[in-house]
Amino acid sequence: MRNITSTIVVGAGTFIALLLAAFAQDSAFQIHMSIIALSLGIATIILLRRVGFTPAEPVDPTGYMDDPIRVGSILTMFWGIIGFTQGVVIASQLAWPEFMWEPWFSFGRMRPLHTSAVIFAFGGTALITTSMYVVQRTCRARLFGGGLAWFVMWGYQFFILMAATGYLLGITQSREYAEPEWYVDIWLTIVWVAYLVMFMGTLFKRKEPHIYVANWFYLAFIVTIAMLHIVNNLAWPVSFLGSKSYSLFAGVQDALTQWWYGHNAVGFFLTAGFLGMMYYFMPKQAQRPIYSYRLSIIHFWSLIFLYIWAGPHHLLYTALPDWAQTLGMAFSIMLWMPSWGGMINGLMTLSGAWDKMRTDPIIRMMVIAVAFYGMSTFEGPVMAIKAVNGLSHYTDWTIGHVHSGALGWVGMITFGALYYMVPRLWNRQGLYSMRMVNWHFWLATLGIVVYASVMWVSGITQGLMWREYDSQGFLVYSFAESVAAMKPYYILRMIGGLLYLIGGCIMAYNIWMTILGKTRNERPIPGSMPAKIQPAE
Amino acid sequence: MGLLEKHGIIERNATLLLVGSLLVVSIGGIVEIAPLFYLESTIEKVEGMRPYTPLELAGRDIYIREGCYLCHSQMIRPFRDEVERFGHYSLAAESMYDHPFQWGSKRTGPDLARVGDRYSSKWHVQHLVDPRSVVPESVMPTYAFMKNTVLEYSLTSNNLISGALKANAMVGVPYNQDMIDNATADLLAQANPDLDSSGLESRYNNVRIEDYDGNPDMVTEMDALVAYLQMLGTLVDFSTYEPEANYR
Repeated sequence: MRNITSTIVVGAGTFIALLLAAFAQDSAFQIHMSIIALSLGIATIILLRRVGFTPAEPVDPTGYMDDPIRVGSILTMFWGIIGFTQGVVIASQLAWPEFMWEPWFSFGRMRPLHTSAVIFAFGGTALITTSMYVVQRTCRARLFGGGLAWFVMWGYQFFILMAATGYLLGITQSREYAEPEWYVDIWLTIVWVAYLVMFMGTLFKRKEPHIYVANWFYLAFIVTIAMLHIVNNLAWPVSFLGSKSYSLFAGVQDALTQWWYGHNAVGFFLTAGFLGMMYYFMPKQAQRPIYSYRLSIIHFWSLIFLYIWAGPHHLLYTALPDWAQTLGMAFSIMLWMPSWGGMINGLMTLSGAWDKMRTDPIIRMMVIAVAFYGMSTFEGPVMAIKAVNGLSHYTDWTIGHVHSGALGWVGMITFGALYYMVPRLWNRQGLYSMRMVNWHFWLATLGIVVYASVMWVSGITQGLMWREYDSQGFLVYSFAESVAAMKPYYILRMIGGLLYLIGGCIMAYNIWMTILGKTRNERPIPGSMPAKIQPAE
Repeated sequence: MGLLEKHGIIERNATLLLVGSLLVVSIGGIVEIAPLFYLESTIEKVEGMRPYTPLELAGRDIYIREGCYLCHSQMIRPFRDEVERFGHYSLAAESMYDHPFQWGSKRTGPDLARVGDRYSSKWHVQHLVDPRSVVPESVMPTYAFMKNTVLEYSLTSNNLISGALKANAMVGVPYNQDMIDNATADLLAQANPDLDSSGLESRYNNVRIEDYDGNPDMVTEMDALVAYLQMLGTLVDFSTYEPEANYR
């Protein structure tokens, strides 16, 4: 019997969503639940058509469970394209405000859609997918919990669907990177606990005596995100049949709780998890062991300890008490060291294999990812210094910083991991085209460089214009003049993002053709093939 | 390096690794956040702060719904240029009833912490309907639909606004039973100067009563949003505020 349980569960979900829509207290909740009922209904029909009463094929308990990983790889690619496209759209909206259509497609509702599409849909799916791949291979054990992995994968996608449709309807808590409302948060908590159980269960089943370092990072990521998510989303709903809730905390306490969360969404979602990715895929692709085992111990514990303290640097010079600001700034500067510990461990893994930089575009992608990781983890502590932050805060500099981390580090290491995993998951000889990987590499790198440098210029310009005084002690610029000055940079930024998106589309095509089992007829990358042995004259 | 060799114990025990990680990551938050809840110096002593009126709260919910905080901060830093541009630097006390806070993180548009009473309500309505008609450089989205959308909280068929007040009271905002019971009436009274507003004014000090959008037929989302914008930063009485007494 196949698909029976899942069909019943999704069908029941449809029914519950319909009930909630019928008894909704406010119109936003009603529309949201109707959309959810509709999508679950479609999922039920799809599942029903696949129900089979013949006994399922026996599962080989010694083999790896790779089907959810295959699905996850395709979804990661899909969300990547969606998230990058969404970024280009909102960048255009800021350059040409005519591109906003009220009420659903105004910037204020579209921006959370972009940030969540990239961080949670693209990044989150990539993390879940790669962690399932890595934990099985480094533990030599099948994923724990049978269908649990499927629940985690699709349950997480359902979270993304609920969050995204909610944003366009204006259902938001206004907590940056934690915008979904209380009922979506509860659902994510359930999925996340299942994820933790699946991951820990697999670790318990391992046949290797030691837990590999990549799994330390994945585990720290899972458990810390659980803690942050639960505390930051504590809220009191107006009605259990309504969309609105009010945060448990107010004002200054609320602000620090939110940025304790917000900065560690960066620290654990976008850093620790992706370091786990680096620790597995980079040595694999380079075919070299990790540079230093001791360094990985030191930098793991110091990274996870220090990151948590850095939140107040988002609130420098605000009404947050000074002692908390200073503490946050000091720990942010200290954080530079473990971050670079990770960078050194990643880069030095290539020692003895640096020639691969020339011949293997996938390695090149991973190296640039780690290089951007090092760059943004240096820029971050600099921006956390109060004197610098006085200028950079509230400006586009912050946006540029985030993107050099997100596009450079998170994006590039994910692309590298996908290029590594996909041919192996589908049993292909290799990728459809290495030359397309090379194109992707250069388009993406160029895109990031354009994006980051344009945002430096615009951010610093903004900051300086706001504080510019003339010789008589009057402010020189009105605020509106600083807005007008941004226009050329906003257009250029859009072009940077567009380059990155085109690179992503090339990857999607390349990966899709690889899955179909095709190979492109092309000249090999120079040096990637062993030189032909010339017979002696 | 004996200590590092002992790390093998943790590497062989998944539970130890889980518990160890969780312990290490909880310290920072406990040390930084927990004291904010009990140190009395965290929030300054000021005069004039009160909870939002029902109409202002409704407007605030719209402000949150539309994601205004993504481009507008509500946190003036103690710098000469910011104070001259936007007004007195923001105090922690001014957001003590804000669930959630709206300090923001980016200024694509100007800070709004003290935008109240700075422009006429007519200007605000015009600006929200078509921002570029009053500020040609603006890149703000248009919000013309709000002028024609009935405020859901104003309908007497539901109890949404008293529910909202009740939820705020649950998380610590000092709304009393009187305020919760009269929420809908207070909301309507603030948007219509022809109604009896004595109850509203007895429950909330320093209330601005006005037909904000100029349309007396219904209470719209525009009424609520402009009512919220017009009160921002106007509550604290800075003539009695002593900055030296509140150094933290």
